Amino acid sequence: MLTLLLSPSNIRRIQILPMIIFKKLLFLSYLFISAQSYSQQRFFAEKAIVSFFSDAVVEDISATNEKVTSIFDAVSGEVAYLMNIKDFQFPNKLMQVHFNEKYMESEKYPKSSFQGKISGFSLNATGKQDVKASGKLTIHGVTKNIEAPGTVEVNGNRLTVKSKFTVKLLDYNIKVPQIVWQNIAQQVEVTVDFVYRPL
Amino acid sequence: MILFIDPYNLKCMRRVILLLLITPLAAFAQDDLLGELEKGTKPEVEYTFATFKGTRLGNGHTVETKNAGALEFIFQHRFGPVSGGAYELFGLDQADVRLGLDYGITDNLSVSISRNSVDKTMDGYFKYKALRQSSGAKTFPVTITALAGMAYKLSPKDFEEGSGLENVDRLSYTGQLLIARKFSTNFSFQLMPTFIHKNMVEFNEVNDQFALGVGGRTKLSKSVALTFEYYHNFNLPDNDDTEALLEDPSFYLRYNSLTFGIDIETGGHVFQLLLTNAIGLTERAFITETRDDFFAGDIHLGFNVTRTFQLKKSK
Repeated sequence: MLTLLLSPSNIRRIQILPMIIFKKLLFLSYLFISAQSYSQQRFFAEKAIVSFFSDAVVEDISATNEKVTSIFDAVSGEVAYLMNIKDFQFPNKLMQVHFNEKYMESEKYPKSSFQGKISGFSLNATGKQDVKASGKLTIHGVTKNIEAPGTVEVNGNRLTVKSKFTVKLLDYNIKVPQIVWQNIAQQVEVTVDFVYRPL
Repeated sequence: MILFIDPYNLKCMRRVILLLLITPLAAFAQDDLLGELEKGTKPEVEYTFATFKGTRLGNGHTVETKNAGALEFIFQHRFGPVSGGAYELFGLDQADVRLGLDYGITDNLSVSISRNSVDKTMDGYFKYKALRQSSGAKTFPVTITALAGMAYKLSPKDFEEGSGLENVDRLSYTGQLLIARKFSTNFSFQLMPTFIHKNMVEFNEVNDQFALGVGGRTKLSKSVALTFEYYHNFNLPDNDDTEALLEDPSFYLRYNSLTFGIDIETGGHVFQLLLTNAIGLTERAFITETRDDFFAGDIHLGFNVTRTFQLKKSK
């Protein structure tokens, strides 16, 4: 449409105005998009519980960590969680001491984390969606690539993420002393239960 | 759009394009979610735990107390002196026993009752962990536990008539501070200033006695540790004076107690194997009434075995 206005003398004046408008719009929309990606695509866990269970010959062992922190990016699917090993609470406090002192060496390796991606879900879908998480799980100073099945459920602006997977102690160089080997299973079942809200 | 291209607009365009190119890069740098979580963590108070494996170092206490709702049964044995030779099977033919129960009222306060065959003593104490070693948001260098105990001698069965001795003479009291620092995962050290009052004493003793204990442990593996414990009693009677006064002074001789041991911990059990010159297992007995000389070879083999039962589940 601008072709009509094309005359060598006024071409410059005419061209400047739309360019400025175009540039400003582009910039504003870009800012808007960036701002949006932080406000509505990022989710922060308001409840994040990681627990584990091991079923052994002599006694079952279970512990729960309710002080986990987590962020989930609903657009990219990226997810991360972080926790202190010491925050695992056992029904039996002596077990808790042994867990920290002998198996997890939590003075040396105080934290455990996961960083990865959740694939196979949509923010607009209703009901439970079966998803897959894959990424790097760090326990006892050892990082391994893992894949875990899970579910995501959207409730209003809340997101519930659940997953269950098995961790083999030897994979993470967690050694169970021979003398108590009957007491502790060589693998534990980890349960993840997060409720996210928009950041 | 083609028409916008002139030198000035080209410059504008370049800026926009550059902006467009840079912004996602900046956003990408912030995208490391784990990094963000790590930045968000506030420093917390990190309390030191497991300074020692058990509530006992050797004969005496460590700073450790039982957790709330945990009951510990402790079974302690001290055999005869190794110097008894093959005839006494190096001491194994005789043994003194202490059976005790420790219960955690809270995570920091324990109460105990026990019976020791030496002098047929009943004893009880309260043990309170007052301050804990910590790092992080709040730093404190040591763990301090206070112990207040009382012991009652049932032996002899009856005081002789006319001796002027009463029931109260069977009592003794202990006040003790246990101050420990876990220097590293493998090494812990403890100081034990102790005050003991005995209502009745032998002619060569004083009623109030002060002692300073030192002890420590070094871990050999996750489940095995070497321990040592020494109590220096500042009010010990002079054995030379006693010997000069008496023909057979063996009952009246007094030595400081020294103990070396190995801790083996297996889940709910702690086994402690010891070599010590003391046989009594209440503070009165091993701090003020040790009659054997470690360096003369009057060493006793002994063990402490504990089993912890969690009576109440903690939340």
